[in-house]
Amino acid sequence: MLEVEHLTRRYGPITAVDDISFQTRSGEILGFLGPNGAGKTTTMRMITGYLPPTAGEVRIEGMGLRRDPLAAKRKIGYLPELPPLYPELTVRDYLRFVARLRQVPPRERNNAVERAMGRCALSDVTGRVIGRLSKGYRQRVGIAQAILHNPRLLIFDEPTAGLDPRQILETRELIRSLAGDHTVILSTHILSEAANTCQRVIIINRGKLVAVDSPENLTRRVKQTDTLLIELRGAGTAAQALIAHLSGVSKAELIGEQEGIAKLRVESKDLATREAISRVLVQGGYGLLELKEVELTLEEIFLSLTGSSLPAAASA
Amino acid sequence: MTGMWAIIRKEWKSYFVTPAAYVVLALFAVIAGFFFYSMLAMFVMQSLGGGGMFGRGGVDAQTMLLQPFFFDVAILLLFLLPMVTMRSYAEEARNGTLELLKTVPVRRLEVVLGKFLAAFGLLILLLVIAGLYVALVAHYGKLGFKPVSAGFLGLALLGAAFLALGLFISSLTRSQIVAAVGTFSLFLLLWVADWVTSYGSGHVAQLFSYLSITSHFRNFAQGVLDTKDLVYYLSLIVGGLFLTARRMELAE
Repeated sequence: MLEVEHLTRRYGPITAVDDISFQTRSGEILGFLGPNGAGKTTTMRMITGYLPPTAGEVRIEGMGLRRDPLAAKRKIGYLPELPPLYPELTVRDYLRFVARLRQVPPRERNNAVERAMGRCALSDVTGRVIGRLSKGYRQRVGIAQAILHNPRLLIFDEPTAGLDPRQILETRELIRSLAGDHTVILSTHILSEAANTCQRVIIINRGKLVAVDSPENLTRRVKQTDTLLIELRGAGTAAQALIAHLSGVSKAELIGEQEGIAKLRVESKDLATREAISRVLVQGGYGLLELKEVELTLEEIFLSLTGSSLPAAASA
Repeated sequence: MTGMWAIIRKEWKSYFVTPAAYVVLALFAVIAGFFFYSMLAMFVMQSLGGGGMFGRGGVDAQTMLLQPFFFDVAILLLFLLPMVTMRSYAEEARNGTLELLKTVPVRRLEVVLGKFLAAFGLLILLLVIAGLYVALVAHYGKLGFKPVSAGFLGLALLGAAFLALGLFISSLTRSQIVAAVGTFSLFLLLWVADWVTSYGSGHVAQLFSYLSITSHFRNFAQGVLDTKDLVYYLSLIVGGLFLTARRMELAE
């Protein structure tokens, strides 16, 4: 489907993307994961033909982007980080314009526009001016614009950034429904998003490809224990001692205590250990207020995979 | 070609769903109308007075009415056309829509030509308004077909050259204000470049005189077609469009 070989982009002395190679499998959702400034957008811009690479090659269904840019671009639908919208146009006018630009044949144009609007739940706002739409709607117009010509390859740059939780869920659902017919590449800096949506994840750091694997494998590679956060009513130190004695608990520390409520961080081996913890606490007469697993953050996976300290850009 | 037509249609839609085009058209109609009326009133007074003021024999609508009117319209274009071109690329860059235009299967040159032709269409609309004023006089008096058409051809070429250069300047920046000021300054420089000939001579002065947009317009306004002037305007147009297309390939 998509083959990326030794893709490199330099800006003067800075190498934004450094020798990245990967391939997509047909119909999959591939996630680009990395902190801001890791080179995700630059890579996507080179795949879509927006930015000429310094070195390397992009091929879409065997078609070289450099040799035949028009034919290659025809197979791509692209939603940039900032949806490319004209605020003064109505949704329908805008999509018709894009359909013409994407060389949708005149006979199919209306159908393509209506289908894309239906798929992205835009039917209520077809005649509204884009500049007056909410951010969620605008994002959907952006997605409609990308799928209009039914391309083989869809590229979404941070499709859920800046949306509210409900819109994020809707957008993810929409993207999942697009996979299969289309191969989807999406970028994100949120691990859980990649884990929820993507079959495979590419981790990029400082322009370099760090790992390519399924989200489950990546998480497994990194974590040996679950980190739990426990909040309880009662004496913190006593509870800490109680938990620390359980088998399967490698570490228990008290991280805060005020107004009779204690917070503990516990490293536990498996689910059985987690059950044991809650049992001893309840039996010990503690008011168990909260027991939750701390999700591994992207930063932690990063630290672990790269074995280095975080780049300055990641902490920003 | 579909790509170019799509751009033209979209540009026109954008012109007319925002007040931009109406403002330009209305301002042009009012100011050009005022110029024309003043010109005409003076011309009538001269005619009645026997044209003695300039010590010439007779009064001639060509030199006394049309020629100054064409120059006034040209100056008006100098002020108004930067407002037409300033948004063309600067706004696309700011809206992020440049990323769409550069990733769809449409050649850069088609995009540039589409934007140029759309703006040129608006220019033609302006010239039609000016043409109405002239037609009014032609209806009641005698105006030669050739000087009138030469003048309008000159205006169309001069306007097109402004548009091509304006597009290029707009492609250099994300700010519409910078684009407008830059374009306007460039036009003004081209306009006054031949002042050099009034105090200097030699190669430099000749060069400036050649570059001057005014010196090439004078022939058209006088009803004279000269290949030299055609070449000048066409090279500005082609040059401006070519630079814009190149800029699109390199820019982010």
